[in-house]
Order: sequence, then structure tokens, then C-alpha cells
Amino acid sequence: MALIFDLAAQGLQVFLVIAVAPLLLGVSRKVKARLLRRIGPPVLQPYLDIWKLMHKEAVLAHNASWLYRVAPYLVFAAIWVAAALIPTYSTDLPFSWSADLIAIVALLGTARFALALAGMDVGTAFGGIGSSREMLIASLAEPAMLLVAFTVALLIGTTQLSTIATQFAGASVGLRVSLGLALFAFVFVAIAENARIPIDNPATHLELTMVHEAMVLEYSGRHLAMIEAAAALKLQLYFSLLVCLFVPFGMAINDKSPVALALGVAAWMAKILFLAVLLPIGETAVAKMRVFRYPIFLGGAFAAGALAVFLLFVSKGF
Amino acid sequence: MATFVGLWCVAQLLAVAALAVVIAGYRVATPIVYGVSFAACVVALGSALFQLLGASSAPTLVLPIGLPTLGAHFRLDALSAFFLVVANLGGAAASLYGLGYGRHEAAPRRVLPFFPAYLAGMNLVVLADDAFTFLVSWEFMSLTSWALVVAHHRVGGNARAGYIYLVMASFGTLSLLLAFGLLAGPQGAYAFDAMRAAHPGATTAAIVLGLTLLGAGSKAGLVPLHVWLPLAHPAAPSHVSALMSGVMTKIAVYGFIRIAFDLVGEPAWWTSLIVLALAAATTVLGVLYALMQHDLKRLLAYHTVENIGIIYIGLGLAMAFRADHMEWAAALALTAALFHVLNHSVFKSLLFFGAGAVLTATGERDMEHLGGLIHRMPRTAATFLIGCAAISALPPLNGFVSEWLTFQAILISPQLPQLGLKMMVPAVGALLALSAALAAACFVKAFGVTFLGRPRSRAAETAREADPISLAVMIAFAGICFVAGILPGFVIDALAPVVKALAGAQLPRQSAMSWLSIVPIAEGRSSYNGLIIFTFLLMSGTLTAMFIHRFATRATRRSAIWDCGYPDPSTATQYSSSSFAMPIRRVFGTTVFQVQEKVDMPAPGDNRPARFQVRVFDPAWRFAYGPLARFVAGTAGRLNVLQFLTIRRYLTLTFSALIVLLLVVAAWR
Amino acid sequence: MANLAFDIGHLLAGGMLVLSFVLIYQDRITAMLNVFAMQAVALALAVAWQAITHHAPHLFVTAAVALVVKGFVIPAALHRIVRRLGIHREIEQVIGGGPTMLVGLGLVALSIMLVLPVVEGVDPLAREDLAFALAVILLGLLMMITRRNAVSQIVGFMSLENGLVLAATGAKGMPLVVEFSVAFSILIAFIVFGVFVFRIRERFDTVDVSALDAFRGERQEQL
Repeated sequence: MALIFDLAAQGLQVFLVIAVAPLLLGVSRKVKARLLRRIGPPVLQPYLDIWKLMHKEAVLAHNASWLYRVAPYLVFAAIWVAAALIPTYSTDLPFSWSADLIAIVALLGTARFALALAGMDVGTAFGGIGSSREMLIASLAEPAMLLVAFTVALLIGTTQLSTIATQFAGASVGLRVSLGLALFAFVFVAIAENARIPIDNPATHLELTMVHEAMVLEYSGRHLAMIEAAAALKLQLYFSLLVCLFVPFGMAINDKSPVALALGVAAWMAKILFLAVLLPIGETAVAKMRVFRYPIFLGGAFAAGALAVFLLFVSKGF
Repeated sequence: MATFVGLWCVAQLLAVAALAVVIAGYRVATPIVYGVSFAACVVALGSALFQLLGASSAPTLVLPIGLPTLGAHFRLDALSAFFLVVANLGGAAASLYGLGYGRHEAAPRRVLPFFPAYLAGMNLVVLADDAFTFLVSWEFMSLTSWALVVAHHRVGGNARAGYIYLVMASFGTLSLLLAFGLLAGPQGAYAFDAMRAAHPGATTAAIVLGLTLLGAGSKAGLVPLHVWLPLAHPAAPSHVSALMSGVMTKIAVYGFIRIAFDLVGEPAWWTSLIVLALAAATTVLGVLYALMQHDLKRLLAYHTVENIGIIYIGLGLAMAFRADHMEWAAALALTAALFHVLNHSVFKSLLFFGAGAVLTATGERDMEHLGGLIHRMPRTAATFLIGCAAISALPPLNGFVSEWLTFQAILISPQLPQLGLKMMVPAVGALLALSAALAAACFVKAFGVTFLGRPRSRAAETAREADPISLAVMIAFAGICFVAGILPGFVIDALAPVVKALAGAQLPRQSAMSWLSIVPIAEGRSSYNGLIIFTFLLMSGTLTAMFIHRFATRATRRSAIWDCGYPDPSTATQYSSSSFAMPIRRVFGTTVFQVQEKVDMPAPGDNRPARFQVRVFDPAWRFAYGPLARFVAGTAGRLNVLQFLTIRRYLTLTFSALIVLLLVVAAWR
Repeated sequence: MANLAFDIGHLLAGGMLVLSFVLIYQDRITAMLNVFAMQAVALALAVAWQAITHHAPHLFVTAAVALVVKGFVIPAALHRIVRRLGIHREIEQVIGGGPTMLVGLGLVALSIMLVLPVVEGVDPLAREDLAFALAVILLGLLMMITRRNAVSQIVGFMSLENGLVLAATGAKGMPLVVEFSVAFSILIAFIVFGVFVFRIRERFDTVDVSALDAFRGERQEQL
């Protein structure tokens, strides 16, 4: 009975993460439109977009290979698995221990690898631009992400996400500059990985400003639907990860009663919706950067992460 | 018993090498030589596996060959058994691959005799239990591989590659000779047992470690001693390149582990700082070099340098933890390093086999002339893809497991007492993350430019699939990558006796863990389950496919490339390997390599083509070897005067030397 | 309560260090001046906090001096100079922002490694203040070395002095008269700098200090 309950809880998370993701995207776009004095598309528009794309014919180039057709499934599956393994509303989900923070980041790397190869598959210049820039951004963002993981691991002693959430929600960790710096670094990395301004513009149609859009330029129909869904899911994943690492209050911790779980779901949804509103405010305030300024931007994230680690060494009084 | 089997296999290999000298001209020689090598390697692999997984005792076998007072000692303990497994796995695969590949060999007389001898040399190095046998086998291994490197000596650059390889190999052997000399002490106790019993002082231990780093490190490819590797590895035939990158570098790692962990005793903690610093530099520089290459085999060779760096990071961490008596942490770091040894030999061999298949099919090593091969060589492309994904440390394959274990070892480092180590290890961790991401970029480039896209030359358009034997070997290795990734617990358990002997502790028994996950320290602390992740990936992929099948339209149409409405039929407008690497070259390469890019655009109306030129300076050549070579040449030039003296002057020289020595003796008295 | 006191002090000192990094990251002059003002305010708060927890009222004066002089007067004066001279451009850097930050991280690691083992057994907040202060000083020097613009070199110098004040606070504070004379000499130095910037600008039409190199005479006939 307990096993069935656990599996049901995990299944609920698996379903919730994909159901909620397009909503976050819709809320973001609506807020951004309002900030720019437009009315904007309805909040549920991304769901309708995905549905529409699924019913359109998929047009493939003559020389598109099996990799091109399989890649959207692989990308979506990898991101979905990663999103399902992050504790969102409860720290007791049965399979959260099978992947820690490093494994989650690596699963996102698998998705990125598949997408970059799909970009190179058809043999166009735009696909190449997207793939090569995406790999540059990844190589700049990974060290910063590792330092964030290191900061958290220094404080808690493990990279297991459930344990981290439990510890941060419970014990008083104190006013830590290091956590603030780690949060800062994480936000920069999340912006870079999700292809938001100032790294990439998700709404652009100018090829030279594209990174993610250039990789998926040739996709259409149901393949494009899966890729769009995967992008929304990745955004939701980073929001959930931020919430789990830095503000896990409200999660059901060592408590499997329905009340606690419902409270956990409500708290999680409120937090990620709040982040979905915050994102466009930040995006509207800055402009997209030149590609060769990425190292300075992500280098700032790296410096913040490194400082967080050093400050922890100092303050723990070794 | 197992030692005897190992030596018997070596004898068989040497015998068939001798036979090959005679019959190499005949067509039947290729299958005979490779067949016998394959059989010998399989037998050795089986016996080594048996020793590693089962047997406990490891007696020394002493043969009355070699030095009269010493004899030749051979021993197969846990560490040797593991490295024999690695070596013979690679050897068996290369022999089998050679059955298919070797049919196109243009100079069989220069390759066939040396191939089994090379395998024999590598096996002997691992089996050796005294310094003399070790060094003789090491030199034998170097010489046979040199012969294989210069097999096609008329092809451009190969002769120079062989020359540089020989110089570096001799330098390495000299360092190892000095190291063993210091360990043996003034009494000349060359047997490893005697060296283990003697406990050298801290200074001696440090000097021995430094010499070992020079000697074994140069064979493995540590920066800045790596310069021969990317010249020599691509020059050899592909199955030999696979052996050199996949196996010989690991034999060098074996040499380092044997001396640093087994023979030297307890080195000081600051030696691990040096190893970590060198390893981190090797990792990042190796992958950055690899990104600049457009020759497929040279890219793979440079990438070997990066992976050796990762292995040495694990070894450095193990040394640091051992010096601070944190045996459980040392066990974790050592397991990570050894797992990566196995992983790298498997996927690097797989990648070299794939490159060999491409070379046979198209005659091209340059990626800028390939493309679209996924349509012409689908099975090779699929196995090469698995190799690329494995080497980029992507779950659920095996590369990720060893990287994860290394990261877990790095995350333990705050418990080290020394402040210098505490500061250095996060920096090393960040560099490791950077190199992992750059490796993924490198292999997206390698696979994307070679196999995807549109064919850039006639050769790429008319390529044919590799022969079935080579394909079978590649599929088998891809399978190993996959299995080691989803069931890593068994590999870790197999490594346990090695780690216990060297680090003093071992990881908890992984096959007892729930759901077959791996738990390096304790449950609830950190764990990873490759099987569950793979199952979840499969389930979610299938679920998505079923959903799309049920609710989406299945209409598909083939049409021309969209390309934003500007399709260009010329295949030259797609991304090439140097354009793919350009952002990374600009960001990282300007400081490290002093890259200079020059664009020569003709004026409007001028018909000549535009030229784009990239100049990359290798810092190792520029700052280390260039000045050294100039210094040596200059000194030699100045000393050349000594060749042309008169007889009287020669007599004066001899006389003054004699007087000086007599004075020294008098002053000593 | 002791924990909270430590945490707030740690927050303020760490904040100063982070602001030093932000100073290095900045490449626009007005933003740099604002960040410098913020660092002075953070310094004032840190010193004031020390005054509260260590019951040393004379540190309040130091805090007030830092706040008024370096938080308002000097940034305002520098803003005026920038407007008068019309330097609204980017700051030219000798090496890019990325490598400078990496060197800065190395300097922070160096300061921690130097200071922490030496001051064992002292009050932890004082130890931290010293480590961070040394880092801020080194970063200020780094800023002076890697900038071509005279105004940014002045800011680097001022930020270095912020670090000195933090160090002095950590070491149980300076006597008031020393504090005042240091502050005065900084003010005089600043006025001299300001005058020089105007003269350089008049003469060479730029405040890029490498222009001065071309006009260095060969001093062979003098001692």
C-alpha cells in the first residue's frame, strides 16, 4: 500500500511538471507583453501552440537522417526525466535519490548534445551557428554550476537534492553571503542555459542573434512541438531547482499526509509562478549581449560562485 | 598459475612475431598473425579476469633470464590483473579489427612482425616484478610501437613523428631508470618486494615521484611532455593508434601507480599538489588542443591527453587523501581513476576504430573533406555516436560514472586539513567541469562535421560501410560502454581488491545496494543509479512516442532544406570544423594559444577568392621545446669545435682530465 | 545573538569584497563611480557594526567620516569631473574583464591563505575582516594596474584605502587623531589627483595615461 502511494506521488510529480511548464511560459509572455504596453497572447496560448504544431505536417529535408527524427524525442525524454527527479513538493519521492545535482546537470547535457547534433544534421550554416554557440555557452556555464553545487555541498555535505532541501528548510543556516552569491551565480547560469535575454532572445527572428532558435530552425510539425515543450520544461526545471536549492520552505518534509502534500504542491506552484513573473521583468530591463561578451557575463557568475566557496572556507573558521 | 598463463601468452605473441618476420610477404600472414594475437589476448584476458575476480594469492615467478644475480621476477597481483584486463581487452579488439582493416595494409612487412611484439611488450610491463624486467619491457614496448609509427615512413610528417617519439621515449626511460635506481638504493635491491620493504626518506620519495612523473607522465601524455602523442598516435595504422591511445597510455598510468602508491611508501602531502596542478593543466589544455584540430585522428589523440589528465586528477586526490590518512576517501578517488582507465580504453579504442573505418572508406582523415557519412556508413556512425556520447560523460553511459565518482571525490576535499589543498581542489573541480563541457563540444564537432551534414567531397559521397568484422568489434565495444554505464556497481566491486591493496580501504559492496545503484560513501549521502535513469529515459521516450502517435498527425513530407529561405546548393557553406570551434577558439584560444585569425578579402570587382587563415601556436613548443631545442643545437654547434682539433690538442685534453681527477682524489684525501 | 552579530559582520565585510569584484567587472565610468559609492556605504555600515558589537564609540566617527567623505563627497566630485571633461566612454582595460576577475580570485585565495593561519585564536570577526581587507587592498591595486583611464585609477586607489580602513577597524581601531589625519591626507591626495587630471586632459586631450609615456624625457644628464 505504501509502495503504491509512493509510486502515485512520483507519478503525480511526473505529470505535474509537464502539465505546468507551458503555463509558466504563458504567464511569462503575458507579463512581458504588459510591461511593454501590449495586451499579449492569452496565458494558455503555449498549450494551444503545441496542440496546433502536433497537427501540422512535418516537413523534413531530403538529407535529414534518423538522428534528426529521433533527437526531439531524446531531448524531451532527457529533460522530462531530469525534471521528474527534482523534489518539487515533497522530499520523499521514491526515486529522487537515483540522480543528484551533478547527474541532473549531466542529463541536461545529454539533451543539449542531442539538440546540437540535430542542428548540424541538415548541413546548413544556421544550424552550425546555433550548435557552436550553444556549446560555447555550455562550456562557460558548467564551471559556474559546479561551483554552485560545491557551495551547497560544502554547507550540507552532499549533493543529494532531497537532503539539501530538508536541511535548508529545517535548520537555520544563517545570513550567508555565500548562499546569496551562489543564488546570483545560479540565476546567471539559468538565464544562459534557458536561452533568455541577455544571452539569447527566444522571440527573435534575426538569424545572427539566434542560438537555440538557430539549432531548431529546420524543425516543423510534431517535432517542433516536442522541442518547444522541452524548452518550456527546461525553464520549469530550472525554476524548480532554484526553489529546491534556495527557498525550499513549504515542501512536505518527511511527511506523507495528504494535507502536507497538498500544501507542498500549492507552495511550489506559488513559488514558480512568482519566478515566472520575475523573469520578464529582468528580461525587459536589459538588452541582449554580443556573443563575445558572454565570457564576461558567465565569468561574473563563475567569480560569484568561486567567491561563495572562498567565503565559506573563511567563515567556517577552518 | 595465472602468472604462468600470462607469460605463456606473451611467449605465443613473441613466437608469432618471429614467424611474421618470415611469412609477412604472403597474403595468408595477416589472418594468421592477427588470429593468433586475438587468441593469445583472449586467453590472457580470461586468466587476468579470473585472478581479479576470484583468486587471492599472488606468488612471484622467478625465471633465470636477465641479470645473473637477479633473474626475472613476474607477479600477477590485483593491480597487475586489472591492467592486464584493460590491456588484453584492447589488444583482442585491435587484433580482431586488424583482421578486417589489415587487408588494406600497404606495407604488411613493416606492421605484422611488430604488432604481436608490441602486445607482448605491454603485457610484460604489467607482469614485471623487478626494476630490470620492468625497464627492459618498457623499452621493448616503446621500440615496437616506434617501429609501427614509422611503418608508413614516406607519408608526410611520419618520419618526424617517429623521431620525436623516440627522443621522448628515451627521455622517459632515463627518468624511470633514475627513479628505480633511487628506490633500489646503494645495495642494488631491484626486486619490487625489496623496494616495498625499504622505506625511503621524504626527500628521496619526492625526487622519485618527480622522476616518475617525468618518465611515466611523458608516456601517458601529461602536459608539457605530451608533444609526441599527437604526432605519433595518428601516424600509426588505426588499430595501432587505438592500442597506443587506449592501452599504452594506461600502461604508463600503471607505472605511475605502481611506483607512487606501492613502492614509494608514504609521500608527503605537497606532492599531490604538484600532481593535481599538472593534471588540471593537462585536462584543460588537452581538450582545447583537440578543439583546434580538423584531422580526426589527431583530435582523438589530443583528447587522450585530456582523459589522462582526468585520471591523474583522481590519482592526485587519492595521494592527497592517503597522505592525510583518509583511506575511505582515497579509495573513492582511486576507484574513480581506475574506472576512468577502463572507460577510456574502451571508448577511445572504439573511436579510433571508427576513424579507421572512415579512413578506409574515404581515404580522408581531414574532417573538412568529409560529411554526410551517416547515410553511407550508418552502422559505423551509430557506434561512433555511442563512443562520442560516452566520452562526453553523458548519462546513462559509462563516461559519466567515472566523472561522477571523480566529482564526488572532489566534493570530499573540504575535509582535508591543509589549506593549500583545500583551495586548490575546488579550482581543479571547476577546471574539470570546464573540460567536460569542452569535450562535449569537441565531439559534437567531430561527429557533426564528419558524419552529419552534406558530403564535402567526392570521397565522402562514395564511401562504403566498414567490413563486418570491424563492425562487430565496434558494436561489442559500444555494448561495453552501455553496460558499464547502467551496471557500474559490478565494475566497482571488481576494482575493490585493487583499491584495497593500494589505498587501504574499499568502497561499500555495490552489488548489495538497493536497485543496483552506486553509493560511494554511505546511503543517503550521495548515490547514482544508471539503470533507473536509463529505464526512465526509455519509458518517457516510449510514452512520448505513443502520445504523439495517438494524438498528433503522422504526415511527413520530404522537401528541400529551409535554411531561412536561402538554400545554398554548395556544400561549402555549411559549418566546417574550424568554424564550429571559432567561438571557443576566440574565447579560450586567444590567451592560451595566441591564436591569430586573418581574413584577406579581395576588393569589390576582384575575382580571386577570399582567404581565411588561422595560426595557432602550441605553448609547449613555443616556451619549452623550442628554446630547449635551440639551446641544444647551439651548444652542440659550439662544441663541434672539438671534432677538429689536432692530435696535440687531444692529448692535452686527455692529460688535463687526468690531472684534474688526480687533484680531486688528493683533495678528498 | 553572538551568531547574528557574526553573521551581519560577515555579510558586510563580504559585501565589500563582492563590490570590489563588481568594480573590476564594470566597464562604464558612471556605473563604476556608483559602485564605489556603494562600497563606501558598505564600509561605513561595517565599521558602525563593529562599533556596536565592540562598544567602541569612536568607530562611529570613523564610520561617519567614511560615509560622508567617501560615500558622498568624493563620488560627487568625480561625477563632476567626468561631466566637465566629457569622459562618458568605456574604460579601456589592459587585459579583459574575464582574465582580470580570474586574477582577482587568485588574489582573494592568496589573502585567505596568508591571513587565516597567522591570526589563530583571535576573535573570528576580526580574523575575517583582516582577510577580506587584504583582499580588498590587493583588488584595489589590481584595478590600478589594469586600467588605462586616470579616473578609474583614482577609484582603485580610493578602494584600496577602503580596505585599509577595514583592516584598521578589525585590529581594534585606530586612535581618533590618526584616523583624522589619514582621512585628511586622502582628501589632499584626491584634490591633487583632481588637479592633475584636469592638467593632463588640457595637455594631451585624453586621460589615457599611456599617452604620458610618449612624453617621458630621457633623463641622462641628471642624477
